[in-house]
Amino acid sequence: MEGKRFVYMDHAATTYVKKEVLEEMLPYFTENFGNPSSVYTFARKSKRAIEDAREKVAKALNALPDEIFFTGGGSEADNWAIKGVAFANKDKGNHIITTKIEHHAVLHACEYLEKHGFEVTYLDVDEYGMVDLDELKRAITDKTILITIMFANNEIGTIQPIAEIGKIAREKGIIFHTDAVQAIGNVKIDVKEMNIDLLSLAAHKFYGPKGVGALYIRKGVKIDNLIHGGGQERRRRAGTENLPGIVGLGKAIELATEDIDGHNEKIRKLRDRLLNGIMEKIPYTKLNGHPERRLPGNINVSFRFIEGESLLLLLDQFGICASTGSACSSGSLDPSHVLLAIGLPHEIAHGSLRLSLGDMNTEEDVDYVLSVLPNIVQRLREMSPLYEKFMKGEK
Amino acid sequence: MEYSDKVMEHFMNPRNVGEISDANGIGEVGNPKCGDMMKIYLKIEDNIIKDVKFKTFGCGAAIASSSMATELIKGKTVEEAWNLTNKAVAEALDGLPAVKMHCSILAEEAIHKAINDYRIKNGLEPWEDKFSKGDHDHHEHHE
Ligand SMILES: Cc1ncc(COP(=O)(O)O)c(C=O)c1O
Ligand code: FES
Repeated sequence: MEGKRFVYMDHAATTYVKKEVLEEMLPYFTENFGNPSSVYTFARKSKRAIEDAREKVAKALNALPDEIFFTGGGSEADNWAIKGVAFANKDKGNHIITTKIEHHAVLHACEYLEKHGFEVTYLDVDEYGMVDLDELKRAITDKTILITIMFANNEIGTIQPIAEIGKIAREKGIIFHTDAVQAIGNVKIDVKEMNIDLLSLAAHKFYGPKGVGALYIRKGVKIDNLIHGGGQERRRRAGTENLPGIVGLGKAIELATEDIDGHNEKIRKLRDRLLNGIMEKIPYTKLNGHPERRLPGNINVSFRFIEGESLLLLLDQFGICASTGSACSSGSLDPSHVLLAIGLPHEIAHGSLRLSLGDMNTEEDVDYVLSVLPNIVQRLREMSPLYEKFMKGEK
Repeated sequence: MEYSDKVMEHFMNPRNVGEISDANGIGEVGNPKCGDMMKIYLKIEDNIIKDVKFKTFGCGAAIASSSMATELIKGKTVEEAWNLTNKAVAEALDGLPAVKMHCSILAEEAIHKAINDYRIKNGLEPWEDKFSKGDHDHHEHHE
């Protein structure tokens, strides 16, 4: 195909590893491979590297190094936070509050707890994906032991009023966890100021390696272990540390948080250029999520009359990587729970497209997508019985 | 989703997309709620499928199955077209992923509906198929 290029617009799924990050990691595969738990001098470098990374994560969140625990990614951090708090505090109550738009790592952990005697309230969100603070307050009972609400949504990019939620939770003495997997590097986070008790993050969303993450646990929060075994991570999370991964996470979070404003401005500019172009060139298109309170790189739109998986396949033919909330790509009959929670009818959710921009993208990428996407949408619409019906009805 | 080359080829270059203005058998099946919908137009002359066109709202497998199914019934007798199974469509496409088999049922179902539309218009008894007996799970919706 002439003029075809590779355009990666799925940074919310995962990112590439930055060169500076990889370079820091490499020696810990080959030369400094010692087990951080070993006593000899050789292994001390490994131990020190982990503590350096821990300091970097703590600094990025305004936490203490002792409050950072490395995990095998975002899902493990979410599971640990939720199950760990639930089981450690079940003498105080059995009620958990979350939202309908959480990542499955949170939702399925909550559903699991429901099978073990816990009660979970899944808060609704408005058409933009925002939680209603009054509804949150009303959901709190004297049995509530945990509130878990994501910082920023992975599909529609909506950013929640985390500081306000933290304040409510702290006033009521309820533990507050936030899944900040999508927020790191995109939103300034201060766990002290925002009254966050637990926070999950994953390196592969901010140009670090996959399969490594962290859970921030505020000092004094009662939490059970999830992974039982050896005495690593101050006896809180067993398993020989993913040394290169942790080193990479440390470097990546340092880079991602050194200039959040500058990064956001650059990405937002590209995003807005793309979004405005899409809305201008493609009729019957709806923006999903909040117009302002959204991640700088996130676009989520629904094109009426077409289905998302076929859209992705065509984009792929043009070298464009994106994602959709359509049921057809999930293997189930239901489209994305997030799109349903913001009130989209099934057929509109099926036509959703998420483009998540990041450091890989340029203006040329944006212009390329704008040169390809409208034709692809039109091509699928010409094939759609829904479009045919609509056009006939209109005339 | 890993599709065969044949599926991708039909998806990228679908045969028989469109409408037939003087179609004498039309069938529309599916439900946009489930993510898929197919409309098929037949032009039947002397018991032969002279022309066929389709429109499909659905995934790559749904579009490729529609394309393949219309190719397979073109020029065939009405009876032959009726007997086309979704399995045969999937086989002609060098297979479909297991979770995508239900998309190929759509084409079979739409063809049956269009043929019965033709039969009713011509004063004939509609044929009974497994779909009208409701022994398939295509539209089951898990809320
Ligand atoms: C909001 C959110 N939470 C949790 C996860 C899970 O993270 P991981 O894939 O690292 O386990 C992801 C990413 O997939 C995410 O976007
Ligand atoms: S049409 Fe939805 S999975 Fe094929």
